[in-house]
This record gives sequence, C-alpha cells and structure tokens, in this order.
Amino acid sequence: MIASLNVACFLLAQDTVQTSRIPLLIAVLFILVLASLYGFEIITKVPATLHTPLMSGSNAISGITIVGALICIIHMEPGHWLVTILGFLAIVFAMINVVGGFLVTDRMLQMFKRK
Amino acid sequence: MPTLATVVTTGIPLWVSLIQDIAYLVAAILFIFGIKQLSSPRTARRGNMTAGVGMLLAIVATLYIQNAMSVVWIISAMIIGSAVGAVLAIRIQMTAMPQLVALFNGFGGLASVLVVGSEYLRRSNDTLLPITLDQGLTMGLSILIGCVTFTGSMVAYGKLQGVIAGRPRQWPGQLIGNVLLFGIPFAASVWIGYDNTQGWLLLVIAVLSSILGVTLTIAIGGADMPVMVALLNSYSGMAACATGFILDPPNKALIVSGALVGASGIILTSIMCKAMNRSLANVLFGGVGTDDSSGTAGTTHHDDRPVRTVDAEELAMMLDGVRKIIIVPGYGMAVAQAQHAVRDLFHILEKAGTEVYFGIHPVAGRMPGHMNVLLAEVDIPYDRLLDLEQCNPEFETAEIAMVLGANDVVNPAARHDKSSPIYGMPILNVDKAQTVIVCKRSLAAGYAGVENELFVAPNTLMFFGDAKKTITELCKALTEQ
Repeated sequence: MIASLNVACFLLAQDTVQTSRIPLLIAVLFILVLASLYGFEIITKVPATLHTPLMSGSNAISGITIVGALICIIHMEPGHWLVTILGFLAIVFAMINVVGGFLVTDRMLQMFKRK
Repeated sequence: MPTLATVVTTGIPLWVSLIQDIAYLVAAILFIFGIKQLSSPRTARRGNMTAGVGMLLAIVATLYIQNAMSVVWIISAMIIGSAVGAVLAIRIQMTAMPQLVALFNGFGGLASVLVVGSEYLRRSNDTLLPITLDQGLTMGLSILIGCVTFTGSMVAYGKLQGVIAGRPRQWPGQLIGNVLLFGIPFAASVWIGYDNTQGWLLLVIAVLSSILGVTLTIAIGGADMPVMVALLNSYSGMAACATGFILDPPNKALIVSGALVGASGIILTSIMCKAMNRSLANVLFGGVGTDDSSGTAGTTHHDDRPVRTVDAEELAMMLDGVRKIIIVPGYGMAVAQAQHAVRDLFHILEKAGTEVYFGIHPVAGRMPGHMNVLLAEVDIPYDRLLDLEQCNPEFETAEIAMVLGANDVVNPAARHDKSSPIYGMPILNVDKAQTVIVCKRSLAAGYAGVENELFVAPNTLMFFGDAKKTITELCKALTEQ
C-alpha cells in the first residue's frame, strides 16, 4: 500500500516521467485499497477457533504468485537460462504453497466437528 | 496504452488477455467467498475448497498461452512443487503446525523474490516493454518484503522446531542496525526506479533485507511467536501484492489476493498484540523474556509460601461428582503431545456427568488458534472451546479450573502487579474457580520470565509432571475408581 502511494507521489512530482502510466496506476490502486478494506471486513468475522486454518488457507492464496511466475516463464525469450531457472524455482515454491496450503487447511478443517 | 503494448509485444491476442482478466476476476471472487465461508466451522471446509477452485482457475487461465519450450519447465516445476507440498501437508503432525505455517510463509516470500528476479532479467534488455519507473521501484520493494519474509520465516521455523534457541536475542545498536537494513534497501529501490540498468542494486537489496529478516525475528521470544508468525503471514501477502505491480500489465489476481492475505495477517497480528496488551513495536523490539536467570534453572521459586501438591489418586477423588470443570491448555500440552490423553479425560468426565469446557487464550501456544487445532484433532466439539470473553465469567461457577501447560496467560499478577512485565495483559481468571489444579513440569517461570503467584495461591494444587504422563495417570485413576 505504502509502496503504491509512493509510486503515485513520485510520478506526480516528476510530471514528465511516464505520466501515461498514472491513470493505470490509479485504477490498480483502487483495486488494491478496496480489496484490502474488504479483506479487513471479512477476516474480522473469522472466529478465533479457526485462526490457524485461516493462516494456512491464506498462505495457500498467497501462492497466487504462481501466476506471476508462469507469466514470466511463458513470455521469456528462448535461451535465457537465468530467467528460466529463477522462474522454474518460483513455480516450485509457489506450488508448494498452493498445494500444501490447501491440503493442510482441508486436513485441519475436517477435524472441526460439533458434538 | 500499456495494455495494447503488451498485446503487441507478447503476441497475445486481445481476446485471450480479456478472458484471462475475467478468469482472474472470478478467481478473486472465489477467494473472497472462500474466506467468507471461513467465518463458521460448518462452512469452513467448503470455503477452503472454493478458494482452491479459484486458484485452479487462475492457473489454468494463465497457462492458456504457452510455447512448447516453456511447457516442459512449467509442468516439471508444478509436479515437483505439488509433490513436496502434498507430502508436507499430509505428513505434518498437528503439534508442528506453527512450523509448517512459518515454512509456507517463507516459501511465499521466496517465490515473490524469484519472480521479481526473473522478470527483471527478462525485461531489462527488452526495448519494447522497458521497466518503468514505478515498476523498478516496486521491484526493489518486492524483493525487500520477500527477503524479509523468507529469512524471517526460516528463523521462526528454526525457533519453533527447536533448531535455534527460543529465547530472544538482543544486542547493542540493534534498532539502528535494523533501521539501516531497512533504509538502505528502500533507498536502493528508489534508485533502481530512476535507473533500471543498475541491476546489482537488486542484489544489494536482497542481501541486506535477508539480514533484516534474521535480525527482526531472532529478537522475538518464544511466547511472542504468535505475533511474529501472523506478521510474516501478512508480509507474504504483501510480497505477492507488490509482485502484482511489477508485471506488465499489473496483474490484478496477484494484487487482490496479496491484499487479502496482507489484511488477514495484519488483523491476526493486531488481535495477538491486543491479547497481550502490548504494541507491535513492543513485541518486535521489547525482547520480553530476555532475563535468562528465571527461565533456565527449573526451580526459581522465591516466594516462601508453601506449595501444595496433589497426586493422580487424590485428584481423581476430587473430580468425583464435580459439575463443571474448565481446562486451560497451553504450549506445554502441545510439547507433551498430551491432546490424546486430554480427549480420554474429556470423555471420562463427560460420562460421569461433568460439564467440561476449554478456556483458550488468544496467544496460548505458538500461533493463532494453535490450541483449537490440537483439540479439534482429538474430536473435542468446538462448542466446548471458549475464548477469553466467553470463558472468564464461567470460572466463578466452576468447581475446578485445570491449567495444562499454560503459565503467563493465567498469571493473576497481570491484573494487579504494576511492576510485572505482563501487567495489563488480559488473562484467564482461573484463580476465581473454587480450586485450581496446575499441571506443570516444574515451578519454572513462563516464557515471559515472570514468576507465577498462582502456584502458591491458597486454592491452588500443583500436579507435577509431564502433561501427557500425568493426564494419562489421572484417567487411569478415574476409571479404577
């Protein structure tokens, strides 16, 4: 959040530098702020008893970085080895998060039973 | 138009990128619905699956475009990652859940760093799609957050696993060092925003922020780990969010999901801080528990009032005909893996007509909700688990409160002793029950390094021993009775 605010300030102060990106950044900033606010809203409603599954589940969601890794590796020029290796590792780690996160959350949640 | 530029440079037809964007939108909606369903244990499992479907959709939509060369890499990486993730998720013991969450947090941070590195290398020579000012800056920041998350989580993992000593480490100039370790990478991020040819700056940022992650986390004591784990959870979300900004066009799936996770971590962090009546700054830099003199010896009992003890047979007799008992579990239960013995005790008492409740303090254990998961594992119905507000009024009418491996969260000094480091922390008022049974290995102080006057209170009986062993003995005595 702070990062994007900084970005906006920089661009405004710079005036001549890449001003064409400002509308785009503002639009994305809207998305970021609204998503964060709505996130606060819904997560406050998660009861204390489910806080651990919430953490591991949100961990799985933060594995969305996999999309970034995929975009990177799909669009690279052929023969760029370092890009390939970094992208490959990024996919591996993000995928551990996604699969491990959702599975372990499911394992925990199926244990929560009412009498 | 940046979007058009992307379409031109990457060769993706406009309609495909449109479909991808719509898929990301649907994925984001599914994530939100999934988290919403987590608000009740009844719908929570479905919620997790909803979010999983969202993730699948996002991945499939992204994979729609690939070339034959990258597909081998992608598939093999996904298989390796899935296999490792599945093995970790299936084999982990519930008592080790804090470590696993810390590990996953770290991997999330690392993945972000790797994406940024890969994206920088890919685009630093790209004339059609050069790195813009904001992207350069965000690349720096993304590496900063990602590296702090990664190394911080690894240290947290080490501490929780017992590989690294749990006590907080402090040294002179720590704060100034941390400020520099944050300030220099931050400044370097600004620099790389202005001049994106300075790729070495990203390495500088990576190294310094990796050190920052270590110095921040190693200063945290064992009892403060719930705060740190929640905070690192938040960082891993922020790292994903920042990574969304460096892609061109900015990837809304990463931004929205990262923001949700970031928000979730922040809320958990603030709940944990409130539960200890401390500010985040105090938790991060306070180093509570530094006083080694009280934590090591095992018997550091300075109060001269007598300690009264009880054995399994006597306790079994006391429990006969009791109407209401509240059990307060703590980290000691997790360490001793005593949850299965606790389940047996629960069933024996229930059968005898006793109402059994569990009082769960928000910071009991090593991560938010740690105790709840352990008790759920052994099929204790979740409506028997009471939180702080629900539980405290119940102690007045309970004949017995049984403290099982908890310490600081039941220390009455938090209510009245202004000199105590835990003064003001909301506690479970076990001392209001008619009789308090404290099941504990020794009289040693808790992780906050504070002595507990509860142990010498007139209505307290100490039931010494390892939680698993003593509860098993108690169950045996109860059934033989």
